[in-house]
Amino acid sequence: MRAKKARYQIIPAIIFLLPGFALLFVFFVGPLIYSFRISFYDWNFAHADRSVFVGFANYITQLKSEIFQRAVLNTAVYTVITVAVKMVLGFAVATLLNQKLRGRTFFRVAYYLPVITSWVIVSLLFTYMFSGMGGLVNYLLKDMLHFISKNIMWLADDILALVPVVLVDIWKGVGWAAVIFLAGLQSIPVEMLEAAEVDGANGWQRLTGVMVPMMRGTLVFLLVVLVLGGLNAYVPFQLITRGNPMDQTHSILTLMYRATFSRMDFGSGTAISYMLTIFVFLLSMVQLKLLRKPAGE
Amino acid sequence: MKRSGLTYRIISYIILLLGLGIVAVPIWYMVSTAFKPQTMVFELPPQFWPNPSTLDNFVKALTTDHFGLYAWNSIQVSVVSTLLTVLVSSMLAFAFARLKFPGKEILFYILLLGMMVPPVMLIIPQFIVAHKLDLYNNLWGLILVYVTMNISMQTFLLRGVFEDIPRDLEEAAMIDGGSPFTIFRKIVLPLSGPGLSVVVINSFLYSWEEYTWANVNIGDSLNRTLPIGIALFQTEHLTEWGQVFAASLIALIPVVVIFILFQRYFVQGISTTGIKG
Repeated sequence: MRAKKARYQIIPAIIFLLPGFALLFVFFVGPLIYSFRISFYDWNFAHADRSVFVGFANYITQLKSEIFQRAVLNTAVYTVITVAVKMVLGFAVATLLNQKLRGRTFFRVAYYLPVITSWVIVSLLFTYMFSGMGGLVNYLLKDMLHFISKNIMWLADDILALVPVVLVDIWKGVGWAAVIFLAGLQSIPVEMLEAAEVDGANGWQRLTGVMVPMMRGTLVFLLVVLVLGGLNAYVPFQLITRGNPMDQTHSILTLMYRATFSRMDFGSGTAISYMLTIFVFLLSMVQLKLLRKPAGE
Repeated sequence: MKRSGLTYRIISYIILLLGLGIVAVPIWYMVSTAFKPQTMVFELPPQFWPNPSTLDNFVKALTTDHFGLYAWNSIQVSVVSTLLTVLVSSMLAFAFARLKFPGKEILFYILLLGMMVPPVMLIIPQFIVAHKLDLYNNLWGLILVYVTMNISMQTFLLRGVFEDIPRDLEEAAMIDGGSPFTIFRKIVLPLSGPGLSVVVINSFLYSWEEYTWANVNIGDSLNRTLPIGIALFQTEHLTEWGQVFAASLIALIPVVVIFILFQRYFVQGISTTGIKG
């Protein structure tokens, strides 16, 4: 145990760290700070020096805007529904696949296929399936199941347009949640579950008494990652609803995109993304605090 | 478990098959539409397998709108960013796992921040930076941003892998006069095959499928990547769904091949990202 300083490996450290941190500073940390500045300006993209400082005006305008409020509501509803459904279904699938069943590998691969199919492709696929005329979904509901008497124009209605967006996320995401849950389930020692069963615990008690506390880490991870993904939803909204009708079906990020690149209002765009990021950050902290408590407390 | 083993098993199968149906129907619909002539795209009831079926959509998708060029752009971008991501993140991971240097903790926090900030929020300033560095409308603009957006997660993953390598091996090499560079090249990298494969898969799929940044940074049609090309099929040829899905299926080929070849690494990738219980 000699003096610590003598053991620093500064030159190798610089060489190993330099490429990565050069990229991080140019394309990540720099932009992060830069966009904070932009959000306080009426930003002039062509002549940045002619931008006008407006204080919190961009933030206030957005908070007051009905389109922004609607986008926040859409994103919140989308996140709550998709996260809840994916957690429940993912857990169910994982429990089923955790048994010694014939064809288990086949089911695992099949359930994972939607996960590896890209967002662009699945979004286009669901747009097609939810076509008002001749779409598969209307055919199933009207001609096969007789739930409805005439075709629903899914994408023309500001609430119904969110149905394909929510469903595509669930369809694509359950397999991933299931694989994560499966990894968590497999880390529970079989003896613990057997001991609980010998002690007379029923299925529900084994679930709440053994599995959930043992998988706290997995649950926290899934919740944080899924909520983060939900709040950052972009591609399905952009390709399925495109904000239509009347800008009522934006997610927060498609609205940011529209403000920035359709209207060249960089200040409002960055204000929207900063509000989202701060919210996401605080929420992640709260989730971690709430769920990281050891089971005994 | 033994009491009602059989009933339980049958119920499990029924639920699993039901789920399989829900997964399969959209995929099947996509595949069959890719083989439908345009006149049948909205024909009801949908046929299980189109009769007559046609390869026209694939031919058209491949020959129109520079599809081949988009594919080539995607291959270049994905291969280069995968190689760079592996190189850069394994170097970072080695530094954090093995080297002693001042400011280690702060730098690690900056790295972790990269996992927390949503990529889309950086798009506006990244767009400005890309413009300033002459990377707008340039495939390098895609590559450098993809590597940056990937390194936090992949470094975090590899750091865990490297830390699991027994130090005895390195100490032996140190005594033989090996520098950190030798240890990195001769000991750490060769012993981390599975971990590095996970990084390769993650970063390849990310770059192959990325849409948002590519859509912002690429203005000229000759520099488009596949996801942009496919998304444009929908708007430019409003109802040519057969072509949309023929193009999609072609774009899916490498993804499915990688998935089948490296299936076990997908699960491993998940269990090494640090969510053990």
